[in-house]
Amino acid sequence: MSCLELKDLYDGFRDPKVIKSFQKLIALEATKLLKPINIMEVCGGHTHTIMKYGLTQLLPNNINFIHGPGCPVCIMPKERIDHAYTLAMQDDVILLTLGDMIKVPGSHGSLQDARSRGADVRYLYSPMDALKVAEENPDKKIIFFAIGFETTTPMTAALMDSVIKRNIKNIFFHINHVTVPEAMELLVEGRDDTHCIDAFIGPAHVSVISGAKIYEIFPKKYHIPVVVSGFEPVDVMESIYMIVKQFNEGRSDLEVQYKRLVSYEGNLKAQGLIHHYFEKVDLFKWRGIGRIPNSALRLRDEFAALNAEVIYKNILSYEEINNHKLCICGDILRGLAKPHDCTVFGTACKPTSPLGSCMISSEGACAAYYKYGNLL
Amino acid sequence: MNKTINLAQGNGGEENAELISKIFYQHFKNDILEKCEDAAIIDGGRLAFTTDSFTVSPLFFDGGDIGKLSICGTCNDLAMMGAKPAYMTCAVIVEEGFEIADLETIVVSMKKELEINGAIIVCGDTKVVPRGSVDKIFINTTGIGVVQKEGISSSSVSQADTIVISNQIGRHGATIFANREGMKFSSALQSDCTSLWPLVEKLLAEDIAITAMRDATRGGVAAVLNEWAKQSNVCIEVNEESLPVSDEVRGICEILGFEAYNLANEGTFVLAVKSDDAKKVVDILQSFEEAHHAAIIGQVTHQYDGRVILLSAWGSKRFMDLPTGELLPRIC
Repeated sequence: MSCLELKDLYDGFRDPKVIKSFQKLIALEATKLLKPINIMEVCGGHTHTIMKYGLTQLLPNNINFIHGPGCPVCIMPKERIDHAYTLAMQDDVILLTLGDMIKVPGSHGSLQDARSRGADVRYLYSPMDALKVAEENPDKKIIFFAIGFETTTPMTAALMDSVIKRNIKNIFFHINHVTVPEAMELLVEGRDDTHCIDAFIGPAHVSVISGAKIYEIFPKKYHIPVVVSGFEPVDVMESIYMIVKQFNEGRSDLEVQYKRLVSYEGNLKAQGLIHHYFEKVDLFKWRGIGRIPNSALRLRDEFAALNAEVIYKNILSYEEINNHKLCICGDILRGLAKPHDCTVFGTACKPTSPLGSCMISSEGACAAYYKYGNLL
Repeated sequence: MNKTINLAQGNGGEENAELISKIFYQHFKNDILEKCEDAAIIDGGRLAFTTDSFTVSPLFFDGGDIGKLSICGTCNDLAMMGAKPAYMTCAVIVEEGFEIADLETIVVSMKKELEINGAIIVCGDTKVVPRGSVDKIFINTTGIGVVQKEGISSSSVSQADTIVISNQIGRHGATIFANREGMKFSSALQSDCTSLWPLVEKLLAEDIAITAMRDATRGGVAAVLNEWAKQSNVCIEVNEESLPVSDEVRGICEILGFEAYNLANEGTFVLAVKSDDAKKVVDILQSFEEAHHAAIIGQVTHQYDGRVILLSAWGSKRFMDLPTGELLPRIC
């Protein structure tokens, strides 16, 4: 049996011939559309793919993209970033988090700034690496600042599982996990004739965990087609083709393009682990969007001993902080505006001096527009 | 700028450039410095002069060590100005407790690399500092080279030029990242750390019309091309498919969310040569083992002056931007 190489996972999905074929198929199908359609790609990863591979340049004018709120760094309110900073600045704390979080500025600076002021801040590839850090630093409190959508939540739960089973006493959790469908529903409920979302491209990695079933409500209740899509250019082009076909055939279905790993039910074991440790609540205001019912996960009360928010409640502030007045990240995250509509885009707000969260994360729409130029 | 130094300011990208221009150039400014070349051209154009400090973790990595790096780095900067490396200095700051055997290994590896370049160390300095004052060992080397071909400059790139790369890109950056984080992806991954003078010498001997050369160290190929585009006020268009990237480097980039053209190289350089000579340059380079994957990667236009454009194989285009911030792995 031949061994599967890493490149086998992406090579074919960037094949110029296949991409060009889909371009032709979409163009042909799009001539039959009765009106222009607005497709929201919910996830920042898809925004990144679309901009990086210049896919908008391959589409006819009657297919538009609206960029969605699915970037875990972008939607993190300043209050939560300040929590990370405050925890990191404690003498006996090592703060661990995932890469992109390091750069996000809160009211006192970013975690990168905290580090230059003496804090021990480290980024992880896998949350399980926290076990090693804890073992090597028995006299320190290791706090894992957990962020991300359904994709990263199971890893946090798995780490928690190990901490409990191995009776590790120096790992704690600050949980900032959020969920996708609740935000999508809020956007659909809030739409009007000028800001219409006609179809969704759903992130495949979320559905690998949670299944395609989480999007069922959109075709059923709102008659909005959803295609669960992979992240390679061929995946996204195929998904666009599937969506346009649905319109021309008068359908609004839930379809899976990323059949390589997505099932209707998803990963039941991961779902079980998440359910064991977390409960769905309205934990914090999404940056730019506000409160969304049941959109975040909270550590269940029985695990309060692991919860950094409980342990450090005396030093963590919950006062809401306003965003920069000129920044329109909120409108961008809700799909009401594009980066170019912002007066400070590329001038006062750049990746090196971001005013808003969409410019910070590599998956933010503003960062993608700035980096790749949205050339036409 | 921030009130305190942060790691992003050493990334070879935008923050790094800002720090240098606002602090160092601000106070040191003079005509030679402000040319921003890999090495300063002094003594009426006869000599090239440059310095570089080396700190790398781990000290010994796949494909090299800090000693080899400290000679290659400085000599390559001279070579990029068409100068033959000649005299060098070596200053070492070493931490208390450092193994003598390791120090000797490093020095032997420097000697070997000096021989390849035909250069000698003519003076030096050694400082030992208390444990914790430096991370094991820092090395500074300064080099003087004799200019063999005048007029090579990153401000002269024009539409008459074609852009060539000497080898597969991003190997040093990817290797260091993998070694530092203890990632075991593939045994074939090695730093490209190598001395470039023998390659440059051959190009000069063949009388190639070289407009500019630069080794793509920190900030990678993207940093070099962006600097050229700005300094020469042209648009450099790169054909994405023609950028040589090894499967190992591409794999690391896929997993961590990096671009190979933002990763450091220590023995791979970019050339702008007169278009008629481009094919010949590739042939000459490919005759060297360390430039086996040399390729033509792009052309110069005025489509977006001051910017670098990547052209995809399916007809779309995007900016190839300067790297910003620390190199951090993405979330998901």
